[in-house]
Amino acid sequence: MLVYLLRRLYQATFVLLGVMTIVFFLLHLSGDPTQLLLPLDATAAERAAFRTQMGFDDPLALQFVRYFLQVVQGDLGYSYRHGEPVLGLILERVPATFQLTLASLTLAILVAIPLGVVAAVRHGTATDSAAMTFALLGQATPVYWLGLLLILLFSVKLGWLPSGGRAGPETLILPAFTLAVFSMARIARITRSGMLDVLGQDYIRTARAKGIVERIVVFKYALRNAAIPLITVIGLEFGVLLGGAVITETVFSWPGVGRFAIDSIFARDYPVVQGIVLVLSSVFVIINLAVDILYTYLDPRIREAGAFK
Amino acid sequence: MSALASPASPPLRRPLGQRLRRSLAGRVLRSTNGAVGAAIILLVVGVALLAPYLSPHDPNAQNLMARLKPPAMLGGTWAHPLGTDQLGRDIASRLMYGARVSLFVGFVTAFAAGIVGTTVGLVAGFFTGFVRTFLMRLVDVFLAIPYILFAVVVVGALGSGITNLILVLALTRWVQFARIVYGQTLSVREKEYVEAARVRGNSRLRVLLAHVLPNVSTPIIVVMTLEVAFMIIMESALTFLGLGVSPHTPSWGWMLAEGKDYMSLAWWLTVVPGLTIMATVLGINLFGDALRDTLDPRLKL
Repeated sequence: MLVYLLRRLYQATFVLLGVMTIVFFLLHLSGDPTQLLLPLDATAAERAAFRTQMGFDDPLALQFVRYFLQVVQGDLGYSYRHGEPVLGLILERVPATFQLTLASLTLAILVAIPLGVVAAVRHGTATDSAAMTFALLGQATPVYWLGLLLILLFSVKLGWLPSGGRAGPETLILPAFTLAVFSMARIARITRSGMLDVLGQDYIRTARAKGIVERIVVFKYALRNAAIPLITVIGLEFGVLLGGAVITETVFSWPGVGRFAIDSIFARDYPVVQGIVLVLSSVFVIINLAVDILYTYLDPRIREAGAFK
Repeated sequence: MSALASPASPPLRRPLGQRLRRSLAGRVLRSTNGAVGAAIILLVVGVALLAPYLSPHDPNAQNLMARLKPPAMLGGTWAHPLGTDQLGRDIASRLMYGARVSLFVGFVTAFAAGIVGTTVGLVAGFFTGFVRTFLMRLVDVFLAIPYILFAVVVVGALGSGITNLILVLALTRWVQFARIVYGQTLSVREKEYVEAARVRGNSRLRVLLAHVLPNVSTPIIVVMTLEVAFMIIMESALTFLGLGVSPHTPSWGWMLAEGKDYMSLAWWLTVVPGLTIMATVLGINLFGDALRDTLDPRLKL
């Protein structure tokens, strides 16, 4: 158990190091980092001066070590546009993004799991096909388009809900729903197939043969066992939502990290962009580590088997 | 051999109808989902290919006298069956040409991501030691970065345009293939026929390509189909954000990006291109699901 956790911790550290490497090379992707960091009309002399100042003329390995040491100390550089430390600017916007993603995830789980369970229990009926049609449509709908449609209906036509910004709880409804739909569809499909697998197991037949009420068979016997793999999916889904927030926040002018990323890309504020990739990826890695730990706690079988992964 | 196949006994072949029904395509198409999916895909591909002949207008021809006209069914005229946009360009024609961009990017990127990911997955699954550890850690790293964010950032650094878009999307999604091919290769490499191929003295490359690859191809085909749909959504999303296809090329993403500013005046500018994307993606997903159910129902994707 301890060995497994240490191994996961070591892997997570390695992944973060890898993310850091990729983020570092993002700046060097186009060959000359000053192309990304300076205005387009900067003169050759300005570029040269900037290169020396930032140390871009040093060997790449040295630059990487320097970058690494800075990041480990929590120094993600300065924003060119805001003239403030990047980490602070990002952390200011993290609560808004967390609020949105957590609301979406909660909504997705609350709708998708009952939907998946009902579809599995009523396998092959109209209810099942209706639920799966909904899931198929949900997976085929572009997130930003759904956002536009909801704005069109609830803000432009009906005037019930605001089309953007972040103020009271009513501003959260449309973005949270928009972001939730894709995950909702996926979790519903996975719940359904997981439940179908479990419902075919011998112990379910035994439970039914013992005369246990169907409701208890479904929720206590089947769902509990089907839920374990679902936890991993939900952990991964959190990462999808963090990424999806980039688009949803832009559509709804939600003042979170995602919209900040898009704004910074257009403003060519690359230290911010690098910082956001690093922060969001770290959040994702930490959440998945937490999910793995939770997993071992919930399913004793993993404690043994997982050690050999 | 030649003695056996005498003219008197022609090779045993089932009648054409039966062969068709038993063929893979036949089995996929017999499911409702597969048939509907295939019909949608054929329709979109056909329209994309025949766009110059089918489109009523030049997709870029502006007509400021006929701006923001509604679709024919909503009080417009049949001159512009789906209405016109803010510059008086014909929406139906733009949708037809837009299909070319979406399908091209979708297929090319899914294929490119498939090749990269399959290679990585095969090599990581077949070899042990440092190569495997390195490749699979690389997969972990790419999985940790939210893919939309990554795509947006890389396009931002490289510059927009269709070539960079394809590069970025392939770079973002190869891990999907790598992960699945890796898992399959791990189980296939233990099979006796792989062992036998090795013992016969085949080179490792030959074993990998001739014996392992064909046996892990089912999930690759299914994932590739579903990825085409995914890539179409990603392309339109990046274009919508202004990081994709150039505004001069008619594309579904740009139609939505431009249409949203006229949402209160002309809602069809937002609804029609979105419905087109949704229908296309739905068709490909339905087909992909049917393909999976036919090829390997136990496959969890």
